[in-house]
Amino acid sequence: MRLAAVERFAAAPLPTPSEEIWRYSRIDRLDLDAFAPAACVTEIDAPREAASLIVDTEPELFADETPDVFAELNRAFMSPVVIRVPAGKIVADPIVVTHHIAGDGVAVFPRLVIDAGADSEVTVVERFVAGDGADDDRALVVPVLQVHAAQAARVKYLAINEVGINTWQIGNQQAVGERDSSTLLATVTLGGDYVRARTEARLSGKGGSTKQVALYFAGGTQMHDFRTIQDHDAPNTSSDLLFKGAVQDHAASVYTGLIRIRKHANGTTAFQTNRNLTLSEGAWAESVPNLDIETNDVKCSHASTVGPIDEEQRFYLESRGVRPEVAERLVVLGFFEEVISQLPAGSIADDLRVRVSNKLDLGSAASRQAVPA
Amino acid sequence: MSTLEIRRLRAAVGDKEILKGIDLTVSSGEVHAVMGPNGAGKSTLSGVVMGKPGYTVLEGTVTLDGVDVLAMAAWERAVAGLHLVMQYPTEVPGVMLDDVLTEALASRGRPTDDLDAILRAEAERIGFDERFLHRPLNVDLSGGEKKRNETLQLAVLAPKIAILDELDSGLDIDALRDCARRVEAMSNESAAGHEPLGVLAITHYNRLLHELKPDRVHILAQGRIVTSGGPELAAQLETDGYAAFAGVEPEAESSSALDDLFSF
Repeated sequence: MRLAAVERFAAAPLPTPSEEIWRYSRIDRLDLDAFAPAACVTEIDAPREAASLIVDTEPELFADETPDVFAELNRAFMSPVVIRVPAGKIVADPIVVTHHIAGDGVAVFPRLVIDAGADSEVTVVERFVAGDGADDDRALVVPVLQVHAAQAARVKYLAINEVGINTWQIGNQQAVGERDSSTLLATVTLGGDYVRARTEARLSGKGGSTKQVALYFAGGTQMHDFRTIQDHDAPNTSSDLLFKGAVQDHAASVYTGLIRIRKHANGTTAFQTNRNLTLSEGAWAESVPNLDIETNDVKCSHASTVGPIDEEQRFYLESRGVRPEVAERLVVLGFFEEVISQLPAGSIADDLRVRVSNKLDLGSAASRQAVPA
Repeated sequence: MSTLEIRRLRAAVGDKEILKGIDLTVSSGEVHAVMGPNGAGKSTLSGVVMGKPGYTVLEGTVTLDGVDVLAMAAWERAVAGLHLVMQYPTEVPGVMLDDVLTEALASRGRPTDDLDAILRAEAERIGFDERFLHRPLNVDLSGGEKKRNETLQLAVLAPKIAILDELDSGLDIDALRDCARRVEAMSNESAAGHEPLGVLAITHYNRLLHELKPDRVHILAQGRIVTSGGPELAAQLETDGYAAFAGVEPEAESSSALDDLFSF
């Protein structure tokens, strides 16, 4: 039976970059034959009051569609964690779910379900990290996140990706928000070889709101790839999205975002902003915003930029006597601050600033070495 | 005693020569005003001396105490003792004023332990709201707040020579008075082991000079210093206008409309 599953896995039909949603991606470099499905090693750190909320049950499927073959594979091979928050329950401290990714040729399929009852409140941090000594392992991570925010529920979710430099991650995030609910989907991506996330926030009830934010920073030959969907499926809903990324060395990033406002979603506001810093000549970033609006009664905007560090900002700091490499670090951290300040679980912010800063130093050291003497 | 010497300085933006041979010497404790109409090359002069990208030096030298300034990167010029107060201070999102000053002092090998107290004292002296001290640089500040912020940074970094590029543009009369008085005080006093500040104040209008008393006034027109004199020259300029000085023709520059907007 296990053999059958492995065969089924290897035979899954993969998409190609000729499909718009996979354009610019590295999907044509993926060979499923090189991987075998395994159980995911997951650790859960929950505040005592929340221990009973993590339930051992077959996850319910809140989004009936599986948007791509990877979500289907996750359904077939998943290692589920289900967090069910009863109506009215407020969990003050974050629940932290950590997946330790290790093993050459290992494919893991973590599934996290956050089912927030009416007027409940919960914050969940999901971390994807390399297991001990597994920094160089060629693993494949295919996660799915499903968030269901019932009426007036408040859900905050943060994914932190720090998997090893040879690991691939291809994930799906799906959130559905009912009437007057509010959902925050935050993502920080620093790790991996190729890391892709498709993140979809659907507002199914009047007055609901969602916010999607991300910080991504790719160096070396990494590629970070985001596809976002803000789906307004009810009137008077609001969505906001802020994705900020940086690429250095020979790294690449892709952002494509869609705001979809359906015919009955009048009185909607939707904003989408994607800004990218290209820190090296050889680095590359693509940003493609899209709108699909079927009603007139909306307030909607999108903004997208790709470019190097602002010369005026750099000169301003240098004219105070700040060294160029420090000025660059300050400007890049300042650029990300807008996202960092909106992340849930504020205690991780300082740690994140240090990690971004360290990665900048690595990148500038690499480019210094690349310059012939 | 420190001296900034500008000799036969010619500089271009792209193919266009803007500075056509400038000679100026500014020493500790002196206040020099460089006045000129729009398009005379005032901002180019400050940019070239501070090392702002986008200018090409064609000829001439700039030295600080005999050391070649033009060979230095902008940050090295600042560490050596030059400071530029900008006409339009740049907004730097997410970068806090106190963090920048910490790094700026660190480059100079100066202590940063008491920075917080110094910042508070300077903020009070210049009328700069304390809550801006740990806020992103210049973001959402009014014109007057930006210039108070510039003046506060000048006071904390205590350079040898300060170049003020149109300190008087974009701010109200109260802010102008506070900023000009602070600079005037720095040019008169030797604070905490520092020499009195040498000042090169570049300005279009006379109003800055009511509070900041110049020792010398230079009129810059079409890339050259056409006349130099004592403080009375600024008064004469106020009565007669730039056109009264030889070789000065009114020039229509694209930036003039903005300058005028900020000046009245």
